[in-house]
Amino acid sequence: MTLWFVFALMTAAAIFAVLWPLGRGSRAQADGSETVVYRDQLSEIDRDASTGLINPPEAALARVEISRRLLAAADNPREPPSGANLRLRRLAAIIALVGLPVVAIGLYGVLGSPGLPDFPLAQRSRTPDGTQSLGNLIAQVEQHLEKNPTDGRGWSVIAPVYARLGRMDDAVRAFRNSITYNGESSERRADLGEALVAAANGVVTAEAKTEFERAVALSAEEVKANYFLGLAAEQDGRSADAATIWRTMLEKAPPNAPWRSLVQTALARVGGSPVQGPSREAVAAAKDMSETDRSAMIHSMVERLATRLKQNGDDVEGWLRLVRAYMVLGDADKAKAASSDARQAVARDPERLQQLNEGLKNLGLDG
Amino acid sequence: MIAESGHYALVLALGLALIQSTVPILGARWRDVALMNVARSTAIAQLLFVAASFAALVTLHVSSDFSVVNVVENSHSMKPLLYKITGVWGNHEGSMLLWVSILALFGGLVAIFGNNLPISLRAHVLAVQAWIASAFYLFILLTSNPFLRIANPPMEGRDLNPVLQDIGLAVHPPMLYLGYVGFSISFSFAIAALIEGRIDAAWARWVRPWTLIAWIFLTTGIAMGSYWAYYSLGWGGWWFWDPVENASLMPWLAGTALLHSLVVMEKRNALKVWTILLSILAFSLSLLGTFLVRSGVLTSVHAFANDPRRGVFILLILCVFIGGSLSLYVFRASSLKQGGLFAPISREGALVLNNLLLTTACATVFVGTLYPLALEVMTGEKISVGAPFFNLTFGPLFVPLLIALPFGPLLAWKRGDLLGAAQRLTVAGVVALIGLALVMAWTFGGSTLAPLAVGLALFVIVGALVDIVERIGLFRLPLGIAAGRARGLPRSAWGTMLAHAGVGIALIGIVCETSWNSENIRTMKPGDVTNIAGYGLKLESVTPRQGPNYREMAAKFSVLVGGRVIATMLPSKRNFTTRSATTTEAALLSRGASQLYISLGDIAPDGSVAVRIYHKPLVLLIWFGPVLMALGGVLSLSDRRLRVGAPKPAKSYRGLQAAE
Repeated sequence: MTLWFVFALMTAAAIFAVLWPLGRGSRAQADGSETVVYRDQLSEIDRDASTGLINPPEAALARVEISRRLLAAADNPREPPSGANLRLRRLAAIIALVGLPVVAIGLYGVLGSPGLPDFPLAQRSRTPDGTQSLGNLIAQVEQHLEKNPTDGRGWSVIAPVYARLGRMDDAVRAFRNSITYNGESSERRADLGEALVAAANGVVTAEAKTEFERAVALSAEEVKANYFLGLAAEQDGRSADAATIWRTMLEKAPPNAPWRSLVQTALARVGGSPVQGPSREAVAAAKDMSETDRSAMIHSMVERLATRLKQNGDDVEGWLRLVRAYMVLGDADKAKAASSDARQAVARDPERLQQLNEGLKNLGLDG
Repeated sequence: MIAESGHYALVLALGLALIQSTVPILGARWRDVALMNVARSTAIAQLLFVAASFAALVTLHVSSDFSVVNVVENSHSMKPLLYKITGVWGNHEGSMLLWVSILALFGGLVAIFGNNLPISLRAHVLAVQAWIASAFYLFILLTSNPFLRIANPPMEGRDLNPVLQDIGLAVHPPMLYLGYVGFSISFSFAIAALIEGRIDAAWARWVRPWTLIAWIFLTTGIAMGSYWAYYSLGWGGWWFWDPVENASLMPWLAGTALLHSLVVMEKRNALKVWTILLSILAFSLSLLGTFLVRSGVLTSVHAFANDPRRGVFILLILCVFIGGSLSLYVFRASSLKQGGLFAPISREGALVLNNLLLTTACATVFVGTLYPLALEVMTGEKISVGAPFFNLTFGPLFVPLLIALPFGPLLAWKRGDLLGAAQRLTVAGVVALIGLALVMAWTFGGSTLAPLAVGLALFVIVGALVDIVERIGLFRLPLGIAAGRARGLPRSAWGTMLAHAGVGIALIGIVCETSWNSENIRTMKPGDVTNIAGYGLKLESVTPRQGPNYREMAAKFSVLVGGRVIATMLPSKRNFTTRSATTTEAALLSRGASQLYISLGDIAPDGSVAVRIYHKPLVLLIWFGPVLMALGGVLSLSDRRLRVGAPKPAKSYRGLQAAE
């Protein structure tokens, strides 16, 4: 209601601005005219002549010329104002009283949203909320960190959260800051390297490799760093080196290490002979575990892709990869659902839609 | 409530503008004082409402109200306060609101300070001003409304384009708009004169302060924009002949011509019809500039608006106003009384030459800017008209202009004595020749034309001084009398000197920067030392830093002269997470008027950095010149004889008259 009250006041002020001069009538007012200007110019000439800026003859000439203009202006004066034109004034008053509010309210009614209150941010974040979403919590930590960018503990808390959410670039930055402000440790270096690998879609980049090497230099036993160094060697095509690294890891590892199976699978992939484990049973168990682990891993990767696409559906390639992944996993329903989601997501962009449809056709999921 | 009140205030401003554009004209037609005075009160009320609307948008940006689309798209809660405010006009909708606010400001100023105008002229001027305003209010409300809301506001905004997060945004657009929009007043005066069919020397006197204000702001706005581009875009260029830059240069050239032709009209009652045309052209070119930038016709760093609907709307406004005003000109110009004649060798003649050269220069820029667009529309062929075209056309036009420049003020009105003027300029010529010889002896490399250009610039500067020396009789008369005359000299004469000298100073800067600029592009590792123009630069370290809404890699350079560290420079590369964009923050070190300029390229994982280092001799003069020009404008504006008629009783005029 206050809003409409304010609107009414504003409209009244606007109407008043139009009516005020109409009400004041045609009292004679200070009115400029050409003659004033020319008289002023004449006095200027006198001033210039008296300070010696122009010679007396020049001054005389200029005086003659301006006087001529002055006479011309005086001979041809602007028509003096006639009396009040009451009919026109009434018309103007009506336009102001009726037309102005009608136009203003009409146009505002079409364009405005009078029902919406203001939402200043400060007020919104103060409202108590028991079920704060993860996004809000992250936003709060971020805000804290923007204000205290040197709080190492904050960075180390938020870094793995970013990694879990798939915000890998942010994770890399957070891990980096955590190293800067908490000091170096092999774990932190290795975590940073892992985030870099994830950000590069699984490729162990030169930058990431440097981090793993630093981690190993700090502590030769750092498991994660060693594993990724092996992976780096594998990606470089140095399978033998990779096998050596992983075999050394397995030899030193305690028998119940949770990562044993993962490294063994990796070793098997590069064709290295399996290391003699403590017992056949353990190896077999580990092998079983590696199967489930691997499929779990694949599932989690697919899930992550799906979440990412839900947030940002512009990525046609991503959608196609997701659909393909569901088909490979034998989940035809999900593949169908994903393809229809994809169509919806890119429906606004005809170029992408066409690209998507072609891709889906190639996958045999037409229509 | 703030958002909706701001929105409603804008709608009311449109309503008032519609009344202001019709009622006063009817009042002038039937000579009813009250109806004509409606123009004044509505212009002031319009200004108040638009100001309220603009203040509302600023408040929304500052309080990060993300229920407003404009705020979501261009703000971020973590942005520093300054950029929250400047971000208001760092986007299409907000900048258009700034545009109309300034339009209303000028209208309001005419209403408040226009006491010295004949009442019917004032009514017409304000009505024409309201036509323009109505068109732009409609444009804003219908196609670029900054007050649109969203019912479910997001928690965070999308941040302002990082390139625009700079102090330059606080100064450059408002200045430029004050200049662009300021020309609307001379346009309105011209149209009012055409409607009334009355034009004489007094008209020029009334228009001149407004044109001068617009010109001062446009000059500083362009110079500021150029400096901003120089330090923020990271490759040390200060003028790119970018269409958007040209769009601001064209009104400047036309405005400069207008300023000079107004002098002729005021003093000699001549060149009247031409002056009217220039007033129309100056504002038309401002409108064209707005169209080019706002329609998205051009793709450049400035085109942050891309919406065909907007383009068509502005094109419509452009056609109506330019077409309408030119048609009116064609119909009415012949009925205006022609002014007096004059000899070619005279002050008037010199000013006509100035006008011819400036308008031709303006025309070449116009062709160079619009021809590629026209060609693309007609044939689909894309060509780019760059610096070579402008250097070949614009340069040769400016050389005669600069040679003639010192002669102008030395020639007398009506009939001048060219030989006498030339004799008095001998000193300037001698200084120019000495300068030329010195430059040739001291420098090597660069263009052979460069020393000649430096000589020309010196000629212009000394020529401007000679004018003052002659007028006050320094060296000729006893010092006391000369000092007395200097005090008595109108401030506009000092203004002329400053502005003309400013042109020469800017030219020196331009020539030195383009001819003897040295650059050194290399990859450096911490500890490396490289040399440029006698300075040693040592890269000390490259460290990451966290800023308010970005993080950056900052490189620390020590500047060595003779093995001694004289300064450190900190160029950096900033990464803005919200828009995942990178900006390059160049580091500048001024030594006198020269500058060292370092900007960072890519940073390799092994810690080596690609750096671009420039030494730019006397580069600061490029912007110091325009600042002097603007100062000259301010002096001229403060001249008693040019002052805008502040509300004061008619008595003072009579007092002056008595001195006759």
